[in-house]
Amino acid sequence: MKHAPLALLLILPALLLPQEPTAGQIIERVDQNTIADSKVVVSKLVIHGRRGERTVEAKSWQRNLGDSFTEYLAPPRDQGTKMLKLGDQLWTYSPATDRTILISGHMLRQSVMGSDLSYEDMMEDPYLQHQYNAQIVGSETVAGRPAWVLELKAKKEGVAYDKRTVWVDRERFFIVKEDLYAKSGKLLKQVLVQEMMKVEGRWLPRRATYKDVLKEGEGTEMILESIAFSEDIPASVFSKASLRK
Amino acid sequence: MIVFFLKGLLRDRSRSLFPLLTVFFGVFLAVFMYAFMNGVIGDMVGTTAHYQTGHVRVLTRAYAEEADQNPNDLALTGLAKTLQTLRAKFPAMVWTPRIRFGGLLDIPDEKGETKTQGPASGMAVDLFSTSSPEPRLLDIRKAIVRGAMPQRPGDVLIGDDFARKLNVAPGATATLISSTMYGSMTMANFKIAGTVRFGVAAMDRGAMIADVADIQSALDMEDAAGEIVGFFPDDVYHDEAAKLMAASFNREFNNPGDKFSPRMGTLPDESGLGDYLSLVDSMGIIIIAIFVLAMSIVLWNAGLMGSLRRYGEIGVRLAVGENNGHIYQTLILESLAIGIFGSVLGTLAGVGLAYLMQVHGLDFSSLFRNSAMMVPSVYHARVTPGCFIIGFAPGIISTVLGASIAGVGIYKRRTAQLFKELEA
Repeated sequence: MKHAPLALLLILPALLLPQEPTAGQIIERVDQNTIADSKVVVSKLVIHGRRGERTVEAKSWQRNLGDSFTEYLAPPRDQGTKMLKLGDQLWTYSPATDRTILISGHMLRQSVMGSDLSYEDMMEDPYLQHQYNAQIVGSETVAGRPAWVLELKAKKEGVAYDKRTVWVDRERFFIVKEDLYAKSGKLLKQVLVQEMMKVEGRWLPRRATYKDVLKEGEGTEMILESIAFSEDIPASVFSKASLRK
Repeated sequence: MIVFFLKGLLRDRSRSLFPLLTVFFGVFLAVFMYAFMNGVIGDMVGTTAHYQTGHVRVLTRAYAEEADQNPNDLALTGLAKTLQTLRAKFPAMVWTPRIRFGGLLDIPDEKGETKTQGPASGMAVDLFSTSSPEPRLLDIRKAIVRGAMPQRPGDVLIGDDFARKLNVAPGATATLISSTMYGSMTMANFKIAGTVRFGVAAMDRGAMIADVADIQSALDMEDAAGEIVGFFPDDVYHDEAAKLMAASFNREFNNPGDKFSPRMGTLPDESGLGDYLSLVDSMGIIIIAIFVLAMSIVLWNAGLMGSLRRYGEIGVRLAVGENNGHIYQTLILESLAIGIFGSVLGTLAGVGLAYLMQVHGLDFSSLFRNSAMMVPSVYHARVTPGCFIIGFAPGIISTVLGASIAGVGIYKRRTAQLFKELEA
């Protein structure tokens, strides 16, 4: 009994230190940080292809996590091209042909505007916790910021990437680096966030590089020009009729 | 004397008919096989040249490394200037640009929404220039099954089987969904002018033939093309000349440090048909060697049997004072006559059948239904001057050789032995 104060003294620091979150909790916080009911995003893709560099600009309206409407603003050749995603269906409209085409099957694996992103990437369920089981496998420093290294394994078949390794900023609960793998274990894509920004209390990537490792070139830079959350977006935006407008 | 031999041959069928038939069939088979192999390889080379590689092909070094994937982002730029250079440097050749592309062909319903769609494997060629060699090289007019030749920009031809699969007829609109030279998704509307069947399984499956200017516009390939193909004016591949041309062009324009610099390759290099072409060169020798060997063995055997049967006759001839050498000589003369006659008949029959096959061809399309190779489905024999001599010399040589070996047995016999056998 006389050693009780001593024991308390030894345990106290451990009790006072913050508890290390579990992998599931980390992923949940990551989802909370990035996902919003609705948002309007203006972004720029700088594509470093084999034949040089080109920039694509787009404005996207997103709602209910599953629906989005995107209009390409530049370059002139792509201006007016629109895309509508409703749940698991994706249509594209080209003003040159005045045709609305359903993108399905293997076309979903095609590159979006020649970038390192595929339509399949756009179709993904944004909730990581819905799709993956997570496990902490280490701790590293990325771009000067301490991060957890998590291994995510798909819960079911049919997910675009069967395995992901993600580096999550310990303080901001934000993915700063990501490696995406096929079911065979082959590395398919790498994402590296180069610049972050805080918008309405959320940490978001201001500038990130996506690299399809199966493609030559130096990857695609994604630059977030502006973002507004919980905008009151009219329902008519998310209709096939709006593609032709 | 010659009349005496010929009468003997004609009257004694067992002495002439079997060797004659053997020579006839041997020569017939050799001639036909030679013409057929000539035709098959010729068809393969011709098809490969016309639809795939030309007799020579100019593309960027980077494109050449991935040519099977049609990587249009690695296409030749400055097309007009390169074409001008090629035409100035090699004026005897026929030069034409081509773009190969893949994508989806989407057929709209009355509301403009997707009715059907299927993967298209397209080739853009110069359809509208008056001097364009493409309609002739691809034999487009002959390949049209329904509809007509494209008349104006935006008109395309699609494979007849592909059209039936898509349930679309000439006159309908189709939207091509593909990738631009810079990787963006692109859509372009075309009018289906007609449907075609080339008789090349890999081409017919999802074929789409469009004008090169239309595809340049659709794929954002201004003044660019995947390749420039060159053909000799007589439409026959000349290996030495092609190699010299490629070496000369590459020396001047190909820069190993620049993966987008143009490089010229020859048909065998570009298509992987090099080994086949070497085989064609040796084909005549291989056929003759096999033929002479097999025929000699058969005719040797026939000669032996014939000589055994003719022991009595030879005995009498020896008895009346004819010497061994003269008898041996007459046996060889007989075989020479049979050889000449059999070879003439065999050559005529072989050339005749080969000519029929040259005109009508043999359809192997069921064998190539799922083939991805650029090979023709219908094969023709090809009658060349070589066909008239390929069977002739071996037909005669093998007959004479067979008779010479068989005759040695007779030559060694003594008169007394032959008389003994005659008495028996």
